[in-house]
Amino acid sequence: MRLRRRDWLAGVAALAVVQPAAAAEPIYRRGNDADPETLDPHRSSTVAEAHILRDLCDGLLTYDNYGALIPGAARAWTASEDGLTLHFELLPEGRWSNGEPVTAEDFVYSLRRILDPATGAKYAEILFPIRNAAAVNRGEKAVDALGVAAEGPLALAITLEQPTPYILELLTHQTALPVHRASVERHGESFTRPGNLVTNGPYRLTDNVPGGAIRLEANPHHPDAASIAIRHVDFLPTPDMAAAVRRYAAGELESLADLPADQIADLRRRFGNQIVLGPALGLAALAVNTRKAPFSDRRVRQALSLVIDREYLADGLNGGTMSPAYSLCPPGLDNYRIPPETAGRSELPIDHEEEARRLLAEAGFGPDRPLTVEYRFNVSDNNRTTAVAIGEMWRDLGIVTRYVYTDAKTHFAYLRDGGDFDVARMSWIADYADPQNFLFLLQSGNDGFNAGRWSDAAYDALLARAAAERDLTRRADLLYDAEAIALHDLPWIPLMHYRSKALIAPRLHGYHPNLRNAAPTRFLRLDA
Amino acid sequence: MIRLILRRLAQSVPTLLAVVTVSFFLMRLAPGGPFDLERPLAPAAMENLRRVYGLDRPLAVQFGSYLASLAHGDLGPSFSFRDRSVLELIAQGLPVSATLGALSLLLATGLGVGLGITAALRRGGAMDRLLGIGAALTLSLPSFVVAPLLQIAFGLSLRWLPLSGWDGGAPSHLVLPVITLALPQVGALARLTRAALGEVLRTQPVRTMRSLGLPPIRVTLHALRGALLPVVAYLGPLAAALLTGSVVVETIFGLPGIGRYFVEGALNRDYTLVMGTVLLVAGLVIVFNLAADLACAWLDPRLRPAA
Repeated sequence: MRLRRRDWLAGVAALAVVQPAAAAEPIYRRGNDADPETLDPHRSSTVAEAHILRDLCDGLLTYDNYGALIPGAARAWTASEDGLTLHFELLPEGRWSNGEPVTAEDFVYSLRRILDPATGAKYAEILFPIRNAAAVNRGEKAVDALGVAAEGPLALAITLEQPTPYILELLTHQTALPVHRASVERHGESFTRPGNLVTNGPYRLTDNVPGGAIRLEANPHHPDAASIAIRHVDFLPTPDMAAAVRRYAAGELESLADLPADQIADLRRRFGNQIVLGPALGLAALAVNTRKAPFSDRRVRQALSLVIDREYLADGLNGGTMSPAYSLCPPGLDNYRIPPETAGRSELPIDHEEEARRLLAEAGFGPDRPLTVEYRFNVSDNNRTTAVAIGEMWRDLGIVTRYVYTDAKTHFAYLRDGGDFDVARMSWIADYADPQNFLFLLQSGNDGFNAGRWSDAAYDALLARAAAERDLTRRADLLYDAEAIALHDLPWIPLMHYRSKALIAPRLHGYHPNLRNAAPTRFLRLDA
Repeated sequence: MIRLILRRLAQSVPTLLAVVTVSFFLMRLAPGGPFDLERPLAPAAMENLRRVYGLDRPLAVQFGSYLASLAHGDLGPSFSFRDRSVLELIAQGLPVSATLGALSLLLATGLGVGLGITAALRRGGAMDRLLGIGAALTLSLPSFVVAPLLQIAFGLSLRWLPLSGWDGGAPSHLVLPVITLALPQVGALARLTRAALGEVLRTQPVRTMRSLGLPPIRVTLHALRGALLPVVAYLGPLAAALLTGSVVVETIFGLPGIGRYFVEGALNRDYTLVMGTVLLVAGLVIVFNLAADLACAWLDPRLRPAA
């Protein structure tokens, strides 16, 4: 580490300089909840990585600080009449951080690389709408069968399996970011090291210490280099949120990407409008095991859902850092209507008690034969308080709740592998703002999420029809109908929608909370 | 003496092998794998990953190839820091953890043994009673309480010291974590020294020395030699524990050490990272226990091997 630090200094000044000259310019110290697993976009999978990679790399399209899609490495694009082929025209001024031009071949190489089984990409699946992507990733076809082609140095064509309304948004995802072929081939696994990593985004990597800082500086070759206000940014992992708040209070961080929800009242008092809450693409829910009695009985699931006081969970337990959820899809998605809702929003849960009692009685449960529910969750303070609160709400119906909790890996692997359960905590953070990215969770065969193996032919058929539908209004209607089925049948009981929660120092400008949780550093400004 | 050292080192090979074997298979027994996420992977992605990391091969084959790389000094790639090898992660973090650990070991030993001697010489005095309370307090305050209190006091209120970060090991960044690490050990070492020295001071030879009118300082020094035996024996494993870092201290103070790899590695089912850290700790425990035994032999001729 000492060596690297010295390397870093060497280019800057003589040995006598104690402080790096770079420190003369302000450094934006950005709290970023976890260490990245990797800076290889094709092996990346976490939100923390997405924030760093958005600064390092430009996809064909990218996000601005309002979460809107803007041109990235491509300056223009057109779709063919049938919606199956997209033609991109790359920005002629596009440059890698070593000064080489960014070409269509770079994108062809990169998209092939992520879908190549040998890369071991976790999220290759995101790009499966591209023609033959799934077959390539499963090793059934060679990588050159992939539906991407360079039609000229700056002309790229992407062919799709079927029209995909959210394809442009997918192309902003970290999985679709380009890598610099020559450095990947030269350095192999270690191409992401400082000194090796060549990127085409507004910033380039200068240092990377696990548990320490990921340090970036503005990329002088970037087409927008002149307009980038923040020249240096340190991404700092903040796994302990309480400690992160203290670091922020001491002025050692200018922003925090997450906050401890249980301390939100105290934080509001201390930091006032430095706390910025926003929408997010996330859902917390309970999966119900529809495979086995009595949970295979819809009335039981409906009763369990009816008496959950979601307003209390969101506002009481989480201090308003979550929103009550009566639907799977959060509000504000693209290509959708206002989502349908499961029963219960309009009245207080206590008013539903009678209805819930009646449903349970019909299913054969009552004071003489109380329903027993085993509630499985992955342990965290927040999940525990939610679980206990829900158990209390169910107790009013005479339901006896027992808890089983494990660490996250055990929990999710158990459910995926078809382990037995009654109800289980599930959560989902979507990758793109389209209802499909929520509704696919409950498709038959999606064993990873559909923990109870719920299967509904009408639901599956509506999703299939929506996937083939090119008219966005009709597609929205089909998806709406599908969601309505799920909310009536309740294989997942929606509890809360996530909200983004951040601490933003008064000297940091340009942060606007948005559904995509996008805050590229290039659009931010820091007062000296 | 050299024969003893060599014999002990030779004995450590089967110990390490047993540690490797047990931890390898225990890790695999834990449910879930390194690539099970809250968001489950597509089956194809999972298959590709398992193939890339060789997890699709029979367990015995995996174990064999792990041992083979181990013999070449290769601890394998990390599953949770996918751009790095375990060896690199340890090489990068160990200097940080070891610096903090060594400094806190020095602080704890100096302060703890000093306070323990003072208390033993003035048994029942004000100092002794104060120390009893202080030791109980520092021993019972966990570091996840002490660390935030120190941050609030010296970082947020007084603004004397930075709250977090390493900054190449700048002294101001070391103070709070070193105090947090050393504090419980000061109490433990003070109590240990006080008890051991108190006992030796009551033995017949020491009382005889006193009655012969030898100067008190000589009597104390003589007694100390015997009294330090349990202290030195305690320092061996303590050194191994302190040098390999602490997850609590590193997380709260934002330090790039290796302490967090134990816990994170286990939670992430990062098999190779856990194996690497377990091996490191096992190796250090063996080395420091040996060092402690040698020191004890130097202090007490009865503990020396028969010639």
